[in-house]
Amino acid sequence: MPTSELAAQVADIAGQLSKQTTRPMRFMEVCGTHSMAVARYRLRQLLPDNVRLISGPGCPVCVTPASEIDAAIALAKRPDVTVVTFGDMMRVPGSDGSLALARAAGGQVQVVYSPMQALELAVRRPDRHVVFIAVGFETTAPGVACAVQEAHRQQVDNFSILCSHKLIPPAMAALLESGEVAIDGFLCPGHVSTIIGTTAYEPLVRRFAIPCVVAGFEPLDIMRALAALVAQVVSGQARVENAYERAVQPEGNQKAQQLISRVFEVTAAEWRGLGVIAASGLRLREEFSHFDALKRLDIELRPVPENPACHCGEVLRGVMEPHECPAFGRACTPEHPLGPCMVSSEGSCAAAYKYR
Amino acid sequence: MTSDIVTLAHGSGGRAMQEFIRRELMPICDQELGRALEDAARLPFADGWLTFTTDTFTVQPLEFPGGDIGKLAICGTINDLAMRASQPLYISLSLVIEEGLKIDTLRRLLGSIGAAARENNVAIVTGDTKVVGKGQADGLFINTAGIGKPMMEPLPGVTRAQVGDKVLINGPVGEHGIAVLVAREGLQLQTELESDCAALAGLVADMVAAGGRAIHTLRDATRGGLAAVLNEIAAASGVGIEIDESRLPQNPAVMGACEILGLEPLEVANEGKLVAVVAPDAAPQILEAMREHPLGRQSAIVGEVMEGNRVTLKTLYGTSRIVDMPSGELLPRIC
Ligand code: SF4
Repeated sequence: MPTSELAAQVADIAGQLSKQTTRPMRFMEVCGTHSMAVARYRLRQLLPDNVRLISGPGCPVCVTPASEIDAAIALAKRPDVTVVTFGDMMRVPGSDGSLALARAAGGQVQVVYSPMQALELAVRRPDRHVVFIAVGFETTAPGVACAVQEAHRQQVDNFSILCSHKLIPPAMAALLESGEVAIDGFLCPGHVSTIIGTTAYEPLVRRFAIPCVVAGFEPLDIMRALAALVAQVVSGQARVENAYERAVQPEGNQKAQQLISRVFEVTAAEWRGLGVIAASGLRLREEFSHFDALKRLDIELRPVPENPACHCGEVLRGVMEPHECPAFGRACTPEHPLGPCMVSSEGSCAAAYKYR
Repeated sequence: MTSDIVTLAHGSGGRAMQEFIRRELMPICDQELGRALEDAARLPFADGWLTFTTDTFTVQPLEFPGGDIGKLAICGTINDLAMRASQPLYISLSLVIEEGLKIDTLRRLLGSIGAAARENNVAIVTGDTKVVGKGQADGLFINTAGIGKPMMEPLPGVTRAQVGDKVLINGPVGEHGIAVLVAREGLQLQTELESDCAALAGLVADMVAAGGRAIHTLRDATRGGLAAVLNEIAAASGVGIEIDESRLPQNPAVMGACEILGLEPLEVANEGKLVAVVAPDAAPQILEAMREHPLGRQSAIVGEVMEGNRVTLKTLYGTSRIVDMPSGELLPRIC
């Protein structure tokens, strides 16, 4: 479709939204890529005043607790260890520095695009212990599972992962349960849903009677999904809808799901801002526990007090919008970040600042 | 979190690098001739002027689709001179070679240096070679310096953009950065993508012939991409710039890769793209001259200089947002 036509369709949906209802509604996106797209195209400018879109805990780096960030940085400072990570983690501030600073100070830190590259590095460099920082939601877990399985098969001994994988639906449930923010519906993450499918949101809908619409990442996808959410609220319905049919199946990607459950098991996990949520994370199964960096390298996660000046926790819960944080754009900028939300490419504060 | 050590962000073309230059380097530059933050300095010589620039090149891999470090080193210095509307004349060539570099590779790269110099009528006139131990350089580093002869007076400069001027670009952005990233990381993308690495002196000569003094600013959009260059111009000239997304030429392969990797195309490096800020009445004829040149077929008028101090982008959807100075290294995202 030519872009002028796309723009016309987006404008059209925006026009209809403002005619449909004047009742205030608040929707939450739980996906960093949505946060970025919304900010990049300034889609909020197109929404009628009564429809608000807030960001939730959809940025994997941001929800990683400070204790795990510190563990990654501590690993990077060890002379025998090479830390391998996705780029997003590099500049996240820990209580003392960041991976980028650890690298500049001589630590071995490498940025990769896929966990397999970390394993390849381990094979190439038997003299070093390679730790992959396994951060991410259901989308990245299959790739990591694949690398672990392969390491197991090849008996690669100098490879392990710092496992910080998290699951999205339990976090959505925890937010609703706390009742801290009133949410009228979820804009469900496209990438995560390709893996877990639309059925993964059914229990949420049953339990909380909350509209859930899975959305793609083009402005038109997002606007369509918002229109579907508004329509559900207006008609008093609550169901799972798929507005991203071209990529998402009801049952998701079963191969990927099997891969995840072969290597990982579900466990309680700590989320920055949300605390410990039952059954919201992944840990290596006993059979693969040999690849657990914490055990292998004898690292203990030490609880770290949150920086009181940083309100990432509130931002991740949707209680505060980035510009409402007193530090936003003042004490906290991408060059001098106070919290992960300002540096991760999917962080709400980074999105709000970059495209302000 | 300020750091007491140098990090890669200090060299990434974004705000961290600018802060670094201003704080650490400006104080030792010549008060009069060396403080302008231009691509090349304008120096008095005999009864006229000459322009002078230098640049150091590091890239991994050394050879990538569309170019190599040798071609880059010649084109980059030619371009810095061209951005001051100067005809490049003489170039120096210094090599820092890491022990272990294959002679074959070195020969290929030198061949490419020679070819780029010949094609652009510049003479390599002096140079230096150092070999360092394994691990002390990433294969090969190249420094080139260049001397050029100005084609007009006053020279285009980063401080000269005026309210009402039009902003032109000679093609889609992001090709070099993405092509190198793909080659370095072995990423699988559906489309072939080549670096736009090219010497722009010929294109600039045609633009000068068509527009002359109507050309107020020329700047090549290298590290930090279009976003950095527009912000530099806005800051140095004390103006705002508005870009219209629907008029930006796009390479679908770059857009696709950026989407997957979570990168902002406007922040991705180029090696053959220039931004021209020109007087509005001369814009059509300059655009025509650009489009007639092989390196400017997809040229477009993409925006306008306004009152203010910010760079903004009118999106395809009619909304408007700020285009900020990139803040550091480009780091692709997780999913
Ligand atoms: S603006 Fe900075 S300090 Fe405030 S919540 Fe965001 S990251 Fe934390």
